[in-house]
Amino acid sequence: MTKLGQWLCGLALLGSAWAALALAPPGLRLPAPYRQALLPLPVYLLVAFGCYSLATVGYRLATFNDCEEAAAELQEHISAARADLRRRGLRF
Amino acid sequence: MAEGRANEAARHFRFRPAALSAPVVPAAPRALIGCGASPPRPVRQRADMAAGGADKFSVLLPTYNERENLPLVVWLLARTFRESGINFEIIIIDDGSPDGTQEIAEQLVKIYGSDKILLRPRARKLGLGTAYIHGMKHATGNFIVIMDADLSHHPKFIPEFIRKQKEGNFDIVSGTRYKGNGGVYGWDLKRKLISRGANFITQVLLRPGASDLTGSFRLYRKEVLQKLMEKCVSKGYVFQMEMIVRARQLGYTIGEVPISFVDRVYGESKLGGNEIVSFLKGLLTLFATT
Ligand SMILES: Nc1nc2c(ncn2[C@@H]2O[C@H](COP(=O)(O)OP(=O)(O)OP(=O)(O)O)[C@@H](O)[C@H]2O)c(=O)[nH]1
Ligand SMILES: [Mg+2]
Repeated sequence: MTKLGQWLCGLALLGSAWAALALAPPGLRLPAPYRQALLPLPVYLLVAFGCYSLATVGYRLATFNDCEEAAAELQEHISAARADLRRRGLRF
Repeated sequence: MAEGRANEAARHFRFRPAALSAPVVPAAPRALIGCGASPPRPVRQRADMAAGGADKFSVLLPTYNERENLPLVVWLLARTFRESGINFEIIIIDDGSPDGTQEIAEQLVKIYGSDKILLRPRARKLGLGTAYIHGMKHATGNFIVIMDADLSHHPKFIPEFIRKQKEGNFDIVSGTRYKGNGGVYGWDLKRKLISRGANFITQVLLRPGASDLTGSFRLYRKEVLQKLMEKCVSKGYVFQMEMIVRARQLGYTIGEVPISFVDRVYGESKLGGNEIVSFLKGLLTLFATT
């Protein structure tokens, strides 16, 4: 199954479970307090996922390494390479 | 194959605005790699050398206008391999660069020998995807290293890749900018944000089992790379991503090594334009089809 398929399956499963519980006909309804909590659940989940995403990206952005040392080291390596190659007769 | 620009755009989305019988080498004390200075050059022991002895590593270097970078990267590669006693060859695939990259490559052959440096040029710019395929045809090693020739990828990481490969007997070892000591240099906040954001979306949608999908610094078993090249339909911009996604599908194992990516010092970036759009298109295509 494609990733898209997996997502659709997952969403359909959760969605129908939610619909069955939250939107059941009057006779089969859950006790009112549960139902009250259940109705806005999809929105809560969406918001929670949004927050999680923002927090994760934000954290990773803040901790994205700046490789100053690697850049400095590369400069040294470049000089060494140039010197050695020139010595071996390379015409740049 | 409409490769040209699209393909480039893809790679680009690595973001500027990625043994067998030999005894497992006792894991060297995990040298700090990534951003730090290079690991203390390992004083390799004979046993260690022997471990890599049966293997040969073919490095594919696609170049387009890399006159300044090419000799430097070749020098670093040769030094790295010699110091670690690893058998290697470097295959340079130049697409008729107008800046004289080929002339300098010929000089390098004279210096290093035609068994170490193989020139396999093509007449005109045909794109990166096919450059890898072209280079691979001429590779004699049982492992293949793919990297950029613009010094963004430092050869010092290759011994790490090899160690990692042996450690887990992996089919692929991928460099990653997003883990451990990995990182970038020369990126502003905006580019970092786009990179991180795109990476997050990719991880959520594709769950690829590797942290750096758009990077192109990787080690492959030759037969694995061959297989993947056959399978990958998008020779275009989604290429690097598709390689990893397909690898997962085919059940290949992937190891990761943190790398530092230093923005190119010399030469011009060949890319630009609507990378983000290309990337999203590629991502959604993979999402819907794999
Ligand atoms: N043979 C060949 N090599 C190419 C082609 N396009 C790019 N390259 C090489 O592929 C590597 C990566 O290309 P880059 O231009 O550095 O792409 P990038 O790393 O995404 O972007 P910048 O580093 O910002 O330029 C370099 O070694 C280029 O010389 C091509 O059409 N043919
Ligand atoms: Mg580059």
